[in-house]
Order: sequence, then C-alpha cells, then structure tokens
Amino acid sequence: MRLIAFLLLIAVPILGVYTFMTAAEHNWWFPPAYSTFAPDIDWLFNFIMYMVAFTFIVTEVALAWFVFKYSAKRHDKGVFTHGSHKLEMIWTAIPAVALLVIAFTQMETFANIKFASGFPTQGRFTREKPIAQVWASQFDWRVRYPGDDGVLGTVDDLEAAYEFVVPVNEDVVFELRSRDVIHSWFVPEFRLKQDALPGHTIPVWFNATKEGSYDLVCAELCGWGHYKMSGRVRVVSAQEFEAYQADLKAKWFSNGKE
Amino acid sequence: MNPVSTPAAPVVTHHSTGLQPGEGAPGTMREHHDHHELGFLRKYVFSVDHKIIGLQFLFSGLVFLVLGGLMAMAIRYQLAWPWKPMPGLSWMFPATGGAITPEFYTMLFTMHGTIMIFFVIIPLLTGAFGNFLIPLMIGAPDMAFPKLNMFGYWAMWPAFVLILMGFFVEGGHAAGGWTSYPPLSTIESAAPGSLSGQTYWLMSLTWVGVSSMMGAVNYVTTIVKMRAPGMTMMRMPLSVWGLMIAAFLQLFALPVLTAASIMQLLDRVIDTGFFTPTNLIVNNLTPDSFAHGMPAAAAGGQPLLWQHLFWFYSHPAVYILVVPAMGFTSDILAVHARKPIFGYKPMVYSMAAIAGLGFIVWGHHMFTSGMNPALGMSFMVATIMIALPSAIKVFNWLGTLWGGRIRLNSPMLFAIGFVSMFIIGGLSGIWMAATPVDIYIHDTYIVVAHFHYVVFAGSMFAIFSAIYHWYPKMFGRVMNETLGKIHFVGTFIFTNCTFYMMHQLGVAGLMRRTADPYAYDVYAHLQPLNEFITLSAFCMFAWQIFFVVNFFHSLFWGARVGRNPWEANSLEWDAPSPPGHGNFDSPLLVHRGPYEYSTPEVAEDYLPQTRAV
Ligand code: HEM
Ligand SMILES: [Cu+2]
Ligand SMILES: [Cu+2]
Repeated sequence: MRLIAFLLLIAVPILGVYTFMTAAEHNWWFPPAYSTFAPDIDWLFNFIMYMVAFTFIVTEVALAWFVFKYSAKRHDKGVFTHGSHKLEMIWTAIPAVALLVIAFTQMETFANIKFASGFPTQGRFTREKPIAQVWASQFDWRVRYPGDDGVLGTVDDLEAAYEFVVPVNEDVVFELRSRDVIHSWFVPEFRLKQDALPGHTIPVWFNATKEGSYDLVCAELCGWGHYKMSGRVRVVSAQEFEAYQADLKAKWFSNGKE
Repeated sequence: MNPVSTPAAPVVTHHSTGLQPGEGAPGTMREHHDHHELGFLRKYVFSVDHKIIGLQFLFSGLVFLVLGGLMAMAIRYQLAWPWKPMPGLSWMFPATGGAITPEFYTMLFTMHGTIMIFFVIIPLLTGAFGNFLIPLMIGAPDMAFPKLNMFGYWAMWPAFVLILMGFFVEGGHAAGGWTSYPPLSTIESAAPGSLSGQTYWLMSLTWVGVSSMMGAVNYVTTIVKMRAPGMTMMRMPLSVWGLMIAAFLQLFALPVLTAASIMQLLDRVIDTGFFTPTNLIVNNLTPDSFAHGMPAAAAGGQPLLWQHLFWFYSHPAVYILVVPAMGFTSDILAVHARKPIFGYKPMVYSMAAIAGLGFIVWGHHMFTSGMNPALGMSFMVATIMIALPSAIKVFNWLGTLWGGRIRLNSPMLFAIGFVSMFIIGGLSGIWMAATPVDIYIHDTYIVVAHFHYVVFAGSMFAIFSAIYHWYPKMFGRVMNETLGKIHFVGTFIFTNCTFYMMHQLGVAGLMRRTADPYAYDVYAHLQPLNEFITLSAFCMFAWQIFFVVNFFHSLFWGARVGRNPWEANSLEWDAPSPPGHGNFDSPLLVHRGPYEYSTPEVAEDYLPQTRAV
C-alpha cells in the first residue's frame, strides 16, 4: 500500500503539470487572443499559473514524500512536536506577500476593461456614442445600430439579428441590454464576458485585432434553450463596416420601436 | 443495536455534563435519567439521542448521494453524446426514445447541485457527524437540546418530500440552476421549471434552513455549555472547532438566505417584484398579459439584489461545506500519523479566519454580473487573501505528517487524499478570484473543476474518511480494510481523471450549464475530451460499489472492536463502541489536549485526554 499511495500521490503533480504543459498541443488551451486586452488576460492567467504551479509542485511532492517516508514500518515513536512558531511565521508571511502581489497586478487590467475610466474617449465610438445596442433575449441576439444620425432610439435605427458587425482595430463601445432574463455576452477570442441584466443598460468596450467571424456565446443560464443561444461577432475592415451599414439600411429599416 | 450499553449512573452523568451544580443548560432534557427501555419508535425513529439522529442524517444523506450521483451520470452522458438515447432509459423519456431533452438537462444540473449541496454534503458534515461527534468529543451525555435536535432532523422531512414532489409537477422541477437567478426563476413563463417546480424548490430549501438553524443553535450551545471538566476550548479536537465555526456561519448567514427565498417566493406567487425589473417581455408575454412573477405595473425590482443576498449566504455556505471537513481531516491525520497536530492554534485561527473572511468575499461570484466594478476590486483582494488561511492549513497538515509513524489504512488514505485534492481546489480559486482572469473563466468549466475539487474530492473524501474512521464507534465494528483500500485507489484515480481535465475545458473557454456545446465552432473539438471525462465519471460512480458493499457488509459481519481500535486520544474513544444512552460509563476528567501522540511521557505512543499520569 505504501508504494501504491506514493505513486498515486506523486502522479498528481507529475501528470498535473504534464497536462498543462501539453494542453496547447492537444488544443485544450486558450483559443487565439484577438482583442487588445486578451493578451493581458492570458499573461495574468499564466502569471498566476506559474506562482500556483510552484506551490502545487512543492506541496504535492512533499505530501507524497512524507507519506512514503513516514509510513515505513518502524517500532520507535514519531517526532513529538506541537509545531514551530518560526515556521508558521514564514509560511504565513511569504504566501501573504505573494498573494498581495497577485492581487495588485490584476488591478490595472480590470480597471482598463470594466471601469468607466478605462473606456475609450477618443475614437468614433464612446459611451455617449456607442456603435450599437446589443439586445439579448431567449434565445437570440439582436443588434441595433444608430443609423446615419448616430443616435440610438431614432427612426433611422438599423436592426440586425444574430450577427454583430464591428470594425477591426478600433475601440468599440456598445450597450448591452436584455429583454427578459439574465444572459451573458461572451466571445472567447476576445476574453470578454459581460452579463446582460434586464432593466439595466451596461456599456461594454473592446478592440478586436483580427478580421474574422467569431462565436458569440451566451454564458449565463437563461432557460432551456441556453445552449443554442448563439450569435456571431464579425470583425471587418472599416470600409466593409460602412458597406455593411449601407447594406443594412437598404434591407432593413426599423421604425425605432423596441 | 447496542447490547453493551450500561445505563449511566446519575452521578456520572452529572460529572460528564461539565455543568456546575445548579447551572443546567436551559431546556436540557436529561432523557438518560429514564432507565426504562424505549420502544422501537422512540429509540430509532423519534429518537432524541444525538447518535441515532446522527445516523439518521447519515443514512438519508447517503440515499440522496445516490440520487445526486445518478443525475451527474445523466449530465455526463449528455455532454459526451448529446441527444443520443440513453441505453435502457427509453421508458423514462418515451417521447425521445431515451434521449435527454434540453428542458430535462437544465433541470438535471439544477437538481444535481441542489441535492449535493443541501441534501448531501451539509447534512452529512453537520447533521451526521456534527450530531454524532460533538457530544462524544467534548464529553457530554447528549446535545444541550435533545428535543430540538430531533426536530432538526424531522424538519428535513418536509424538505425531502417537497424536493422529491417537485420532480412530478407540471413543467418539471426547478431549472434555474442551484443559484436560481431571477427573473429566470421567478417568471413562470421563463422556464418550464419556473412554472411550479421552483416553488417546491424554495419551500424545500426553507425547511433545510430551519433544520440547519436548529442544528446550529444546538451545536454552539452544547459546545459552549456542556464540555466535560477540564475540556477547555483549546483542548477541543479540531473537528469540534470546525463544526462550531460552521455552526456560526449558519447562524449568521442563513437568515439572509431564508429572507431572500421568501422574497423570491412572494415574487412568484403574489407578484411582489422584489427581483423583477419593469417592462420585461418574456416568451412574448408582456407585463400586461397575466403571468405569475411578472408584476403588471412598474415593479422596479433588482435581479442583482437576489445575487447579493444569495451569495451572502452561499459563499459562507461553501465554507460550511469544508470547514468541518478540515477538522475531521486534521483529527484523522493526527491519529493515524501518530503525531500531534502541527500548529494547533494556527489551525484554529485559520479556520476562524476563513469563516470571518468568508463573509466579505461573496461578490467574487459577481465580477461579470454588472455590479459596480469598483466593488469587484475590493472583493478580489479579500478573496485572494482567503487563500492564505487555506495555505496555512495545508502547510500544517504537511507538518503533521512530517516525522510521523503513518498507518496507511482506509481513513488515513482518504484524509491524505483530501489534502492532496484540496490543494488543487484551493489554488484554482486564485485564478477565479483575479478579476480580469475571471472575466474570461467565469462560468466556464474551470469553475466546475474548482468546486468539484473542493467539494467532491475535498469534502466528500473527508466524509469517506470520517465514515471509515468513526464507523467502529457508530456500530462497534470496523469496516473491511482491503475493500476500503480498493475503494480509495479507484476513487482517487477516477476523481482526478474526471475533474482535472475540466481545467483544460475551462481554459478552452467551454461554458458550464450548456447542454450541447459542440454546436459552437470554438467548442466543437472538445467532445473527445468530454467523452474521456464521462467514461472516467462512470467508472468512478461504479467504483463506489466497493464502499456500499463494505458499509452494509461490515454492519453485520465486520470484525467487532473495543472502545479504542485506533489507539486515539480524544474522548469519544473512552465511550463504549457503540456508546449507550448518555454516552460515557465512567466519570470524565480531561487532563490535556487531544493530540499527545508519540509523547515521551508514557510508554505507548498515545495518551488519552482522560488518563492521569
Ligand atoms: C482558496 C480558497 C478559495 C478561493 C480563492 C475561491 C474562489 C472562488 C471564486 C472566485 C469563485 C467564483 C468563480 C466564478 O464563478 O467565476 C468560486 C466558486 C466556487 N467555489 Fe471557491 N474558492 C475557494 C475555496 C472554496 C472552497 C473551500 C469551496 C467549498 C468547499 C468552494 C466552493 C466553490 C463553489 C461551490 C463555487 C461555485 C459556485 C457556483 O457558481 O455555482 N471554494 N470560488
Ligand atoms: Cu442566454
Ligand atoms: Cu465564493
């Protein structure tokens, strides 16, 4: 049993680390990072991962080793000690510092993504002039662009279903709303998630760095059809974006009612 | 069941209550003074004996464990082979030939979570072991309020009935997740389970709350007032500390959940609209068309209010799920490593710190909810710091094993397994506590991996360990070692195969609570990994047969043991196995703490708390 227990316990850090190291090869890892802050989030994830991996390996190996070493058949008594004040101080202080470091390194990125102060103020789209309003409802996504006058809620608003088209390499601010229950707007490639809260209008911003069409996933349980509440975010060049708007205008002219 | 018990002489009982003369705990029923034999009903059904009540909690908890486990298997089946008929289950779903429907899937994970948390882990830890161990470990003849204790168990029965009835109502059982976020859960037309299943869910949980409250009051009073002479607080086994801290968590957090549940119930039945904002359009029903849960006029409710109230309870609740388990693990490690607990006081303080900090971190479940992001920042710091006491505990467990004379028996293996698995669960918490990272991983499988490592691989391992360890005290027989070891090895392997790989799914961004994720391009390649996880989960479930057989077989044919089969120090091992009514048959006087293993004071490598040297 002694050997089996040792092998089981030592397998945890070995296979655990191995799984993470080879995860990218198996494609069990991050999808590509296609927003300006996605690399920051990945970096923070990895930063925590290395700190955590160190603790993980040290504690799991120590556990396996102690179990192996001290379960040997012996006839004398164990070490009689009730602990060590010094050790307690050490293993309180060091993790405390490490944890505080982790906590403080997170703040800038979070503020940048979610705080009002992090929102773009310069470009075409700002909190006051969002690119669109995205509506979630059971079980689909709808997008309302402000149209020519750039103001939402007027007669020239343009509506689209399922697909949200945005220009590449440009700060984009949109308003997220829900018609019924709570949903969540999630694009894995952008590393961005925000719940759509009924009764609230929540501003969201991102800057997509690569053209393409990405899955828009509903990330908050919203009923039986939650699994199929999919949409798309299509990132296009600035010209294509204008063309798309013109096209939309031709095809769909909403009357400004909800 | 209890042939060896001798009725305690009154004078003995008086000593063992630890009460000064004339200082009887209010309401204390000295049932053990009655010397007449109790009938079957009084003895095993409407019993006021804490040990029987503990066993009642144990058995009902294990029954619900099977039910919750079966649901997990169905969930896993769907995730590996979406919409494929489940072999042999076409009778359950005639319409689909045995395949799970999306409605059923949402109900499955809702009820799986609900049952595992409120009907399995909490009742097993606090109900079963809290009841069984507290009086025995502090040297009391029974709980402070035995009748209340009995009501505490019987309050679970309305909960059982309501939670089971919910499966058979129109629309099926609650399907809004164990978190039951409104308006999904409050508006009847928002989900099939919100039609009436949710009402049963709320009523049932309220009864669970009533039960937990009665238990918690009893545990705290008993521990504070009924310790045997000499049993100072700092001589209590860490199990008792864990249970007491968990009881405090219940006392302070539960009222909030109860209030919130009642508000949600009112929203559902009389349209109060606490959590429902104005002007929703659900299922093409506008507020003017009649549907319960949707107030016609301006409701002005706040969905986030529920989330705050819910997590204000449910975050402390996750520590209710683990702090007693930490206590059991500490005790079991010390006994079988023949070593004093390394750093007893830091262990106590860190449990208390976890509980205290546990009240100011609830917002970490809401980083992406639309709550003020500045709040998110402070919740992040508090949450990350809660990893500190957890780390201290891990280091002290390692210290306890260091230099020990470890006996690798079944209880010890599961206790070691707890430590190994808790490390993983605790560390993954740090990722999610980090707000920017959580923007990405919130509600992905990393969260699922995290809480299964702490609750299944953690608390459930601790419960297995505790069952193996205290089984001799409960039934006077010991469980089979070989079967126990086989049980451990398989459970350990398959648990890790099942839950470890969920981290990978989470990093890949896979959402939880999604019946068929492969419809999305980003997730399509994850199906093979999910099949592997499902097969591992099936094996793990099947493997539990070794435990079931062992448990029932040993009940009748296990080797009989004496009072102290593990050569342990704490008071429960002074009582007969199983203890009779009133628990102890000789006066107790506590001389020292419970961890004097390998002490040079005596020849043996243990020194019971009651032995004078
Ligand atoms: C080291 C300490 C811990 C930290 C830092 C931590 C952190 C977190 C965070 C931040 C979340 C929210 C993740 C999200 O939804 O995005 C979470 C979820 C959860 N944690 Fe922990 N946790 C810790 C320990 C525990 C323990 C000991 C338990 C239970 C025994 C536990 C049980 C849970 C559960 C059940 C959830 C999921 C709730 C749900 O959304 O359904 N955690 N944890
Ligand atoms: Cu949705
Ligand atoms: Cu929490």
